[in-house]
Amino acid sequence: MTTQTRKSIFKRPEKAYVHPYFGGLVLGIVLFLAFFLTGNGLGSSGATSRIDALIVDSISPSHVDNNPYLLKMAGGDKNPLDDWIVPVFFGALLGGFASGFMNGRLKFMTTKGPHISDRTRWLMAFLGGVIFLYGARMARGCTSGQALSGGATLSAGSWVVMFAIFGGAYGLAYFVRKLWN
Amino acid sequence: MNFPLPSLIAVSAANPWTYVLFGTIGFAFGYVLEMSGFGDSRKLAAQFYFTELTVLKVMFTAIVTAMVLTFGAVGLGVLDFSQVWVNPTYLWSGLVGGLIMGVGFIIGGFCPTTSLASASTGKIDGMLFMLGGFVGAFLFGESEPLFTNWYNNAGYYGRVTLDQVFGIPIGAVVLLVVLMALFMFWGAEQLERIFGKKDLSKEPRRRVAGAVALFAGAVAVLAIGNPSLEDRYNKVTFTRTETIPQLNTDPIVNTYVYTADQMLEKRLVFTSPAEAFKAKYNQAMNPVYLDVRSEADYNLYHIEDAVNVPLDRLAEVIPVLLSEPPANTVFILMSNDETAAVNAWKILVGSSVQNVYILEGGVNNWIAFFGENEEALRPAPNAGDDQLGYIFPAALGSRYESCSPDPIEYEKLEFEQKIILQLKRDKSGGGCG
Repeated sequence: MTTQTRKSIFKRPEKAYVHPYFGGLVLGIVLFLAFFLTGNGLGSSGATSRIDALIVDSISPSHVDNNPYLLKMAGGDKNPLDDWIVPVFFGALLGGFASGFMNGRLKFMTTKGPHISDRTRWLMAFLGGVIFLYGARMARGCTSGQALSGGATLSAGSWVVMFAIFGGAYGLAYFVRKLWN
Repeated sequence: MNFPLPSLIAVSAANPWTYVLFGTIGFAFGYVLEMSGFGDSRKLAAQFYFTELTVLKVMFTAIVTAMVLTFGAVGLGVLDFSQVWVNPTYLWSGLVGGLIMGVGFIIGGFCPTTSLASASTGKIDGMLFMLGGFVGAFLFGESEPLFTNWYNNAGYYGRVTLDQVFGIPIGAVVLLVVLMALFMFWGAEQLERIFGKKDLSKEPRRRVAGAVALFAGAVAVLAIGNPSLEDRYNKVTFTRTETIPQLNTDPIVNTYVYTADQMLEKRLVFTSPAEAFKAKYNQAMNPVYLDVRSEADYNLYHIEDAVNVPLDRLAEVIPVLLSEPPANTVFILMSNDETAAVNAWKILVGSSVQNVYILEGGVNNWIAFFGENEEALRPAPNAGDDQLGYIFPAALGSRYESCSPDPIEYEKLEFEQKIILQLKRDKSGGGCG
């Protein structure tokens, strides 16, 4: 990594984040339009397991056929990527990039608490990703697919998931405070 | 126009615009997350130390905004709620999975979609979270067979919304959730003032106007209520195709869209006794015979396997009919003739029950077709409309011979196919998974 890439790519001036209520309002309208036009909400963790299923299917198709969870997505001649959540996933990657570009926030860096090294943060981010997605698949959806989308349609189970996510995070926050403060 | 549009419910290669649409939705999603600051793990983690409650503010503003707009559209009758994906409730896997996600959240500093916004703007920790995510999802797939029964059954309640849980109108739930969110926003700002040393006087005044607008929207949703059964019935449409064979070239396929009343008028929902009987031996469908006559008539004579649901008690069973029976279930309604069965059909169709048909000519026609040689049954001379047209020596229920025709004797039956199985949306068709 050169010192050049540590600075803002394209050297656009870095702008401030929008006000949270404004961000939430726009997000709510996007979510509503998704429901209104397609009947589906937002999500992304489903795409992660579908991409996984594609990888497993291309390496060992017989393994897919022996695993009921993978079978539902990639069994037989099913293409695991043939689902609405996959374009949403790639769209979100692109949208995040576009906002970063427009607001001058494209830069290689590590966001972390002040008292840990980059390496510790990387390890924790990786570990957190493993744990989060394991939980997301168990709960059949993540913060987007369950808490946000299911919260808005008043699904009883989604409200349980939402409170469980916040409960789990608040419950552990004190014990890992060195990571962030 | 009735939303959501059926052609946009899932992606399909036949309609490439669906990919563009879902891609655009995702683009907007990622854009908003990044511009709200969710590409930075510190902003997300701060939520759990009360210094900055951006996560809660963004998330709950989005939830209540989308909720008020969605249920407003449902109340006005432009959005069909039965076609909106509502995450099915799996109480225990949801609870445990949620707790695990919370652990991942505070350790990793992201949730899956925010890690996308982070990774795509060059944050190395965001990329590693994403990478870890692929590993986590893979590990779940590998370990799921160990607890598959618990995962698929523990605390399973199907599609259940909070209004059903609390037994209050959905508009009231909308209003309560908005009030709860506004209280949480107020509390969040107090916490930021105390823990984050934030100066609240610099916050925009317009947020108060927003709160008032939100409250007014929720009150409007409560006031509008739900569209009546009649309104919903009038909006239901059916699609039928007609194939005309052509010499030498591909057949011409015409597609027609009919209203519910047209379906009745053209008798497209009336299934002959032969077809209704044969449905039982058709592997592709799972027929359920609903006998909407009085209990007295039902006891006199009813066809085998028919379930008695008198017309005036039909409303009670609708939640059962809607709560995920096998996707290939076909409901066949019958009365003595057709009058009561047609009324029942209108109620079920207006309530979004799918694959509902009417036994043509009712039980009388069934007897005329299968019981013409049955000596115990004598025609009643003065039977009025929708009354039994036969005299029965005893109330034998389904023990008359014609109640359960012999499948071998009637192996070959000719009939016009009326039942067109409409498969429900795939269970995995919505939400995150």
